Amino acid sequence: MGMAQVVLVTGVSRDLSARFARALAAEGDIDVIGVDVAPPRHELGAVNFVRADIRNPAISKVILGSQVDTVVHMATLATPGSAGGRSTMKEINVVGTMQLLASCQRAESVRKLVLQSSAAVYGASPRDPVKYTEETPPQAPPQTGFGKDSVEIETYLRGLARRRPDVVVTTLRLAHLMGAGVDSEIARYLSLPVVPKVLGFDARLQFLHPVDAVEALLTVTRSDVPGTFNVGADDVVPLSQALRMMGRPPIGVPKRLAPALAGVARHAGLLEFPPDQIDALTYGRGMDCSRIAEVTGFRPRYSSRQALEEFVALAQPGLLAEQRVDRALDSLASLLAPQARR
Amino acid sequence: MSGAEIIQSAQPRRPPGAPSTFDFARLLEEFVAMASQTLTEFGVDWEEPLNDAVAFLRSRLHGSYSVDEFGFDPEFTTRVFLPLLRPLAQSWFRVEVRGMENVPETGSALLVSNHAGTLPLDGMVLQTVVYDELARHVRLLAADLIFATPFTSDLARKTGSTLACQQDAERLLAADQLVAVFPEGFKGLGKPYTDRYRLQRFGRGGFVSAAIRAQVPINPISIVGSEEIYPLISNLPVLARALGLPYFPVTPLFPWFGALGFIPLPSKWIIQFGEAIATDELPPGAADDPMVVFNVTNQVRETIQHTLYSLLMQRRSTFF
Repeated sequence: MGMAQVVLVTGVSRDLSARFARALAAEGDIDVIGVDVAPPRHELGAVNFVRADIRNPAISKVILGSQVDTVVHMATLATPGSAGGRSTMKEINVVGTMQLLASCQRAESVRKLVLQSSAAVYGASPRDPVKYTEETPPQAPPQTGFGKDSVEIETYLRGLARRRPDVVVTTLRLAHLMGAGVDSEIARYLSLPVVPKVLGFDARLQFLHPVDAVEALLTVTRSDVPGTFNVGADDVVPLSQALRMMGRPPIGVPKRLAPALAGVARHAGLLEFPPDQIDALTYGRGMDCSRIAEVTGFRPRYSSRQALEEFVALAQPGLLAEQRVDRALDSLASLLAPQARR
Repeated sequence: MSGAEIIQSAQPRRPPGAPSTFDFARLLEEFVAMASQTLTEFGVDWEEPLNDAVAFLRSRLHGSYSVDEFGFDPEFTTRVFLPLLRPLAQSWFRVEVRGMENVPETGSALLVSNHAGTLPLDGMVLQTVVYDELARHVRLLAADLIFATPFTSDLARKTGSTLACQQDAERLLAADQLVAVFPEGFKGLGKPYTDRYRLQRFGRGGFVSAAIRAQVPINPISIVGSEEIYPLISNLPVLARALGLPYFPVTPLFPWFGALGFIPLPSKWIIQFGEAIATDELPPGAADDPMVVFNVTNQVRETIQHTLYSLLMQRRSTFF
């Protein structure tokens, strides 16, 4: 199995997918076809954009017509958001993947499949080990939303791997994306002026900088590495620390009231927070990312902390931003030690 | 009326230079100046600790401290948590430490201890004495209930504890940490006072196989004194089940005296750090041999039980 020649990338109207497709196409020796239902919102460079819906069997024509040998599936939605409701989101995620995989299974030319999956497949619970390896079974598998969709999508992919043993199937479970200008639910949550936080818990947050996410995707697209890989920075940032770095005062919410509050926030159009996200922001979640380093040599350049620092630098300064805290502390110090001022 | 006139008319009518009737900031400043002068006269240096405290606050409020992958916050632990526990260990329980030389100063080891006292103060006291003698942090393996409960979850992670599971134990041992485990779990903590110092069943030996796999020494630790801090007279299982707790304690002070019931009785503590049991000479694959694991577990258990009995003989009385 040689180098990829024609690569199809789904979901290219979204940020990470667009960045990846552009970087892949920039290498020159590969034809990159970008697919999405929505028109591209980002500069796609040398990518050939095809407006197509993966839920529609017509996607087969694109794959067969261009003799696609590698498919990189990145069209999974984390939140209903622009799609409409949860049922539309589920349809895009699950039915879309099923249709895409059905087309791939039929196409003789397809030799490789790469899936952008998520750390959400591990769920989050107080019985979790501090870091999940790819083999550790989830203590509390996600029951709803994006987590559940991701689990189902991975299952369909394993089905394809069984039926087409000649296809190299690679799944990347990505940590929360974080970095300058990242727009995600977590990013929007951390940017609220006052941040509701589950009382008495401090979630460990593991991040992945988009630059590293793209690099990991390029690595597994360029070489044949079948299997499932966790991708994230090695360190974690506790939610409380993340909020201090953001200068956002937290407000404690009892665990039982959190889903109701998330519901209110959803109706107010502030935030889209499904229950599995609440668990992840209560107990936290970590992935052991040593396997991808061992197999491919890929190591993230940004730590979780650096990725967050980059985000903080471009975010609106919070109520408790560094300068304000410093001023308050300075006046406190000079008040308590009057002779020091003279 | 122009803007300037409004401001002028809003000024209180008093002669210039006269003190305001109530200036809180001024009052506070004078008070602090007086207090600091008094402290300086008594030879207390107050500026340095103040600068130190402000620097600490600054680091906390900016979030410019670091935690490890378990959520352990060494700065918080050494600056806030351990100083709060120190008087409890040193003055209240008057902990006598024996055999600390058996605990390695570098590299990992598994500390296995008896567990008692209704509330897990023994773990925190252990953390304090080991840090004070060796300047090493003990990483406790704790029950999942701790991590499912608000506040204890947060505190446990910040102070270096993690879930008692094979994976986390192996990860900590691989990172050259001192790991402490209480294999009796809630069976030890919540046993009636009449069963004091009688070791309960030791889990399934998962901790021993983790130590054997990592080839790290096991130190048996015997703690005397923890049983008497909250003598468990009775347990209310129905109430415990309703609250989702492993037991609902009835002690001489709890629940009768409410919050006062949380004051531990000032028993005299002795902590014996036992000689290390080496695991690096066992044949490869020993960690997966149930017979080996069972034998080592038993050896640890017997050592702790015998040491407990002999320490009890040596202790003059429960409280002195």
